[in-house]
Order: sequence, then C-alpha cells, then structure tokens
Amino acid sequence: MDLGFDVVDLPETDHVEAGETAPDFTRPLVNEEYWEDVSLSALTDDGPVLLVAHTMNGAFPATYTWNEIRDRDWGERFDVQVVGISVSDPYAHTRLIEDRDIDHALFSDPAAGVAAEYGIEHDLDGMAGVTEFRPAVFLVDADRTVQYAWASQEWPEFPDYDDVEAALEAL
Amino acid sequence: MSDGPAITLYRLQACPFCERVVRVLDEYDLDYSSRFVEPRHSRRNVVKRVSGKRTVPAIVDENTGVTMTESANIVDYLHATYGGEA
Repeated sequence: MDLGFDVVDLPETDHVEAGETAPDFTRPLVNEEYWEDVSLSALTDDGPVLLVAHTMNGAFPATYTWNEIRDRDWGERFDVQVVGISVSDPYAHTRLIEDRDIDHALFSDPAAGVAAEYGIEHDLDGMAGVTEFRPAVFLVDADRTVQYAWASQEWPEFPDYDDVEAALEAL
Repeated sequence: MSDGPAITLYRLQACPFCERVVRVLDEYDLDYSSRFVEPRHSRRNVVKRVSGKRTVPAIVDENTGVTMTESANIVDYLHATYGGEA
C-alpha cells in the first residue's frame, strides 16, 4: 500500500518582492478588544511591520503559524509590529486571538483584495466562491520598503521561521 | 495608529442607537473613527475602561475632552457642539 504523501504545487505567482514598496491598504485591524480601519502606512509610520498572511482561521495552518510566532516571541524580541491578515471576519479573528493567546492584531480582508494586490491569492482547496491568502510573509520597514518576502509555492507550506528571524535580526 | 480623527465612536453592528449617532456625525460632516466591539457586554472591557460603562454607543471627542455614553446624550452633545449657526 502506497501511503506516499503528495503536496500540491500552487500556481506560479508574481508576488511583491524584497526591494519593492509594499502596496498600502486599509482594512479593519482586529485586536482583543475592538476593530477599526487601519492602514499599513499608519503602522509603518511607527516602525517596521511583519505582515503574516495566512489561510482562513479555524484549520491547522493558521493555528500552527500563530503558535510558532507566539512561542518565538517575535513581538518582544524584535522592534517590529507583527500583524496577521486573512479572509476571516473580525469576530473570527477575535476568537483566534483569544484561543491562541496572540499578542498581535489581525487584519480582516474577506474579499481578499489585499491578496490580489500582493500577488498571493489562493483559490483554496476548490471551495466555490472562495479566494483567500496563500501563506506569505512580508517584512516591511518604516519607509514601506519590503526587506524580506516569502510566499508559499506548495500547499500546505509554512514560512521558514528561521529565515524570517534572520531578516528580523538584520533590521 | 496615532494621529487619527479626534472623534472615536465605539459601536456595535446593527445597533440602531449607534446608527443614530452616526447619522448626526455625518450630518455635520465630522471625521471620526469607528471602533467595533462585540455584542456580549462581558467582551466590552475597552468601552468600560474608556467610558465607565459597557454600553454602546460611546464617544470620545478629543476636540473637547468629552467622553459620553447614551445615544440621546451624545446626539444632544453633537448638536450643541457642532450644530452652530453654520
């Protein structure tokens, strides 16, 4: 019996790369208490931002990603604002923040417009009418220049957390 | 996240009392930011901290230093403060 395990290749994508200016956007930014419209540039005005795109809350990819980020304590160890983004709605983000003990705020982008802008769209698992984010990480400095970019090419695939950490150290 | 509008409105989706305040803010073309909270009162710590109560709408106006709850009070306040003679 062959239990060989196939990962799925995602289509090639022309995503935002290191050295480019990160496209600005405004979406509801959800914290543990409330949400309000916030722009990426308002965050970068305060310093570098690590933008972590993940698939919809509820399945293991989002859970594992946030567990890892929490355990690595990036928010405390580096001078960076870690923020997430997914198509999940603000109420779902509130639950994820509570369940995973996340110290960071999460953008809610149900229509995945930011995914299109960043070239990281993903027609997830054949769900009709659903376009969402493929896993991706962008480290954006205070000038909104991308210092590090990664987007998944396979599904499922997780960020190389050590690579991200190296980029954070190099800030 | 600083340098936003001077007026912050704490609101809840589908809350008619909140919409009543929004209508007056719009009537006077006032710039404000909306902070949405959750339906359950126990999840409204931020509103309690800001205003002393867990009810919405609640408004914080940095122009005047006023923090206020209860839509009727807020509407009266907005008319008195921004109604003017235009």
